[in-house]
Amino acid sequence: MTAVDLETPRLGYADVPRLADGEKLTRKDFTSDMEARWCPGCGDYAILSTVQGMLPDLGLKRENVVFVSGIGCSSRFPYYVETYGMHSIHGRAPAIATGIATTRSDLSVWVVTGDGDALSIGGNHLIHALRRNVNLKILLFNNRIYGLTKGQYSPTSEQGKITKSSPMGSVDHPFNPVSLALGADATFVARSTDTDRAHLSSILKAAADHRGTAFVEIYQNCLIFNDGAFVAVKDREQQQERAVWLTDGQPVAVGPEGNRRVLVRDAAGHVAYVPEAEADPTRVVVHDEHAEDPGQAFAISRLDDAEMSTVPLGIFRNVSRPTYDDGVRAQIATATGRLGHEAGSDDLRKVLLGNDTWTVG
Amino acid sequence: MSDGSLTSHGPSTDHGSRLRMTSKSVQQVDRVVIRFAGDSGDGMQLTGDRFTSETAAIGNDLATLPNYPAEIRAPQGTIPGVSSFQLHFADHHVLTPGDAPDVLVAMNPAALKANMADMPRGSTIIVNTDEFTKRNLAKVGYAESPVADGSLESWHVHALPLTSMTVQALAEFDALTKKDKERAKNMFALGLLSWLYNRSTTGTEAFLHKKFGANPDILQANLKALRSGWNYGETTEDFAVSYVVNPAEMSPGTYRNVTGNAATAYGMAAGALRTGRPLALGSYPITPASDILHVLSGLKQLGVTTMQAEDEIAGIGMALGAAFAGAIALTTTSGPGLALKSETIGLAISLELPLVIVDVQRGGPSTGLPTKTEQADLLQAMFGRNGEAPCVVLAPQSPVDCFDMSVESIRLATKYMTPVILLTDGYLANGSEPWLVPQVDDLPDLTVHLATKLNGTDAAGNKVFHPFLRDPETLARPWAVPGTPELEHRIGGIEKADVTGAISYDPDNHDHMTRLRAAKIDGIAKDIPALEVEDPSGEADVLVLGWGSTYGPVAAAVRAVRNGGGKVARAHLRHLNPFPANTGEVLKRYSHVIVPEMNSGQLALLLRAKYLVDIDSYTSVRGLPFSTVELADVLGRAVGVTTAEKETTR
Ligand code: SF4
Repeated sequence: MTAVDLETPRLGYADVPRLADGEKLTRKDFTSDMEARWCPGCGDYAILSTVQGMLPDLGLKRENVVFVSGIGCSSRFPYYVETYGMHSIHGRAPAIATGIATTRSDLSVWVVTGDGDALSIGGNHLIHALRRNVNLKILLFNNRIYGLTKGQYSPTSEQGKITKSSPMGSVDHPFNPVSLALGADATFVARSTDTDRAHLSSILKAAADHRGTAFVEIYQNCLIFNDGAFVAVKDREQQQERAVWLTDGQPVAVGPEGNRRVLVRDAAGHVAYVPEAEADPTRVVVHDEHAEDPGQAFAISRLDDAEMSTVPLGIFRNVSRPTYDDGVRAQIATATGRLGHEAGSDDLRKVLLGNDTWTVG
Repeated sequence: MSDGSLTSHGPSTDHGSRLRMTSKSVQQVDRVVIRFAGDSGDGMQLTGDRFTSETAAIGNDLATLPNYPAEIRAPQGTIPGVSSFQLHFADHHVLTPGDAPDVLVAMNPAALKANMADMPRGSTIIVNTDEFTKRNLAKVGYAESPVADGSLESWHVHALPLTSMTVQALAEFDALTKKDKERAKNMFALGLLSWLYNRSTTGTEAFLHKKFGANPDILQANLKALRSGWNYGETTEDFAVSYVVNPAEMSPGTYRNVTGNAATAYGMAAGALRTGRPLALGSYPITPASDILHVLSGLKQLGVTTMQAEDEIAGIGMALGAAFAGAIALTTTSGPGLALKSETIGLAISLELPLVIVDVQRGGPSTGLPTKTEQADLLQAMFGRNGEAPCVVLAPQSPVDCFDMSVESIRLATKYMTPVILLTDGYLANGSEPWLVPQVDDLPDLTVHLATKLNGTDAAGNKVFHPFLRDPETLARPWAVPGTPELEHRIGGIEKADVTGAISYDPDNHDHMTRLRAAKIDGIAKDIPALEVEDPSGEADVLVLGWGSTYGPVAAAVRAVRNGGGKVARAHLRHLNPFPANTGEVLKRYSHVIVPEMNSGQLALLLRAKYLVDIDSYTSVRGLPFSTVELADVLGRAVGVTTAEKETTR
């Protein structure tokens, strides 16, 4: 083996065995025989269906795909996908997936998590996976509530939320998952919604292509404990008013024709939406998902306020940085390469002997 | 060393080409314990290491134990800043680093004060008087210098200005500052001790060449200091005799000195190599386990993956992920880390994946005594998880045994698809002893056979994969790793249906699976050696049973008791879960069973509960290993003999 060139951007699944030409899997091939058991109407069904529909497009051998989850409603996900899968413990999926991805470059590794799993109990593992840039795809189903434990506020619940554990309203300030991911130096950060199949599918495909950690926040409706949490961006009419569809190279804008507002940056560097007609064209913010500096992406993520008056959707950031797992493997390849052969008993014996031996008899 | 008798002229043996002949009288002794003590910055660990290496080269058997300060940089000259290194060497089998030193080298007043309590009257103390200034004495609460006020008159004190003699010897080195010269005082002391015990300095000279090769002035100064120390011993009237300790009888072969932590790392690398699968470590730094991470991080040429995680939980999570992916998975930690890993160990037990967890036990609870030793994590290893969650628990008996028990951990983890907790401790981890380096091909063949084929049929008669179909012999489930066509399956922490592994909340199935998991671990008793009892008289009524690192002190104490005419049987446990199959039978054979432990009686609790026998639990939690004298006294009283005050010889 020779050292891996860390500079060239490679596909997320570059080392994963592909199907032979002409071979193609279908959604059915990725559907396990286990019946999904979410509440009828749960947003998780839609996401599952979109993922199962997207996976065949990657052209990968099914046995080389792995789904890992933690605990929560969303974390049942791996049981329903006909690949290798592990339903692990609360919050730890990114760490477990890191071990899988680092020891096996021939696997496409996906993490399915929720707002409680990823941002409360597993917050530490999430940020460290992101900063390391492990070649993982992390899908965070954000329903802004604890579903499996029957309805307590979560770290993304809005302040003041009345739940069983916050009868007078939650006093917790919520995380914005996209801002958090950008702050943790994530190389791929995107947001979509459970029911927008076409958009979610395109985002998932881009995430799969990305080499490194791809973080995708998916607004997911929990119709039992937090129904309508995202109606502001999922209802067709409201969506027209509020959704900011991020498109690389295009101005960042919100609102329908006639009431379009664009994002401008003032002399002090602050950004704000202003009516298109009033905007100074030289100050209009043009989305650049490949910008090295995450500052603009972060600024855009902050415009997603508690009232959801404007909600950016799409890819916030997509940059290339050497991945952790490639780096670990490259060092091993360098060290074994110096040996000139696969390590065997003689090489081990050399290690065991060390530098200071003596002989008896 | 006071028991030496033979006086001759010139060294009785000539080991090493550079051993200069001494013209003074030479006494032969059979064992010596030396302790080097000084400030953290005085280079005592290095001095001890070098002296150990010289001693090993002569062919003495030996054991060492460093004692590090808990703080990284405690104030200079204070008691918390004292670092020491103890070495026990002999012409016979050495079992412990020794109780009380025969010789203390104290580089400053703090080092003297910190170690004085361990020095028996009549032993030798070498002090560096240059450091015995008013200020330094005051720092540790000496009103007067104990060297001058007569309080040490019961000891053989050599009051030597080691620093100024070193500086003087290096007068010609104009390019070096006074500080540089002073720094070489540890080599002066090493030279002196090498003369005193007739050790060749060839190895140390080679070592200095390697270490300071790039800096010729420093190299020459250190070599000069070393030689000057040796010459000082030869010429001064302060030392009338020097000593020899003859080589011990040891099996032929190539040896090195190894610490328990290094042996653990090597054992894991070796075990993995013998499985044909790569080793992957996930670990978070923690005292005193970090050296295992350090050593394995340097073995990338063997294909070893090391991942330094964000926390203890991630460390074991990464390892578990690697296990799912088909690696030989390892995580290393100490007590507080084991607590954090417990949920993931439970998951590994539920998933039935192979995973080795090394717990280098230290004083607890909580942060406790991070640099000190204890055996108080036994019950945590046995039971420290939610639910019925049995796993294998092993404990090496000596630094060298850490290698063998690491290989054993991998054998049991992969053969039985189970987590294995290996309980070493601070005493084993930092202690060292000579190791007959094994031939790799003599190690057990641990070849792993991954699942590659469908193994069952579903209700409709289709061929399927059943991830929880067990081997009837071992009760282990198949290990099917991602990338294997057709064997795609999902596993998780929710209870699984027997055979199919599908989620199951069925009460009878849960009861059945709980019993199966336990039976799998219990069944390992058939696959481990029986508990051997050593009783030369064959007439002992008293059995002393050790586990883990108490092996050395217990065996040394038993030797002392038998020398005094006492009849005592000895046995030692390295497998704690399951116990060897004959354990109960052995315990019931003796009217009095003594179990010494560095905890409050955890093994005793297990033995009483499991075998309904009475156990005489002897415990100590001082952060220190048992002394031979202390245990010999306990055993001696049990069998009605008095043992010597001082550690006896062979
Ligand atoms: S509780 Fe909410 S998130 Fe959970 S399955 Fe039901 S609808 Fe979905």
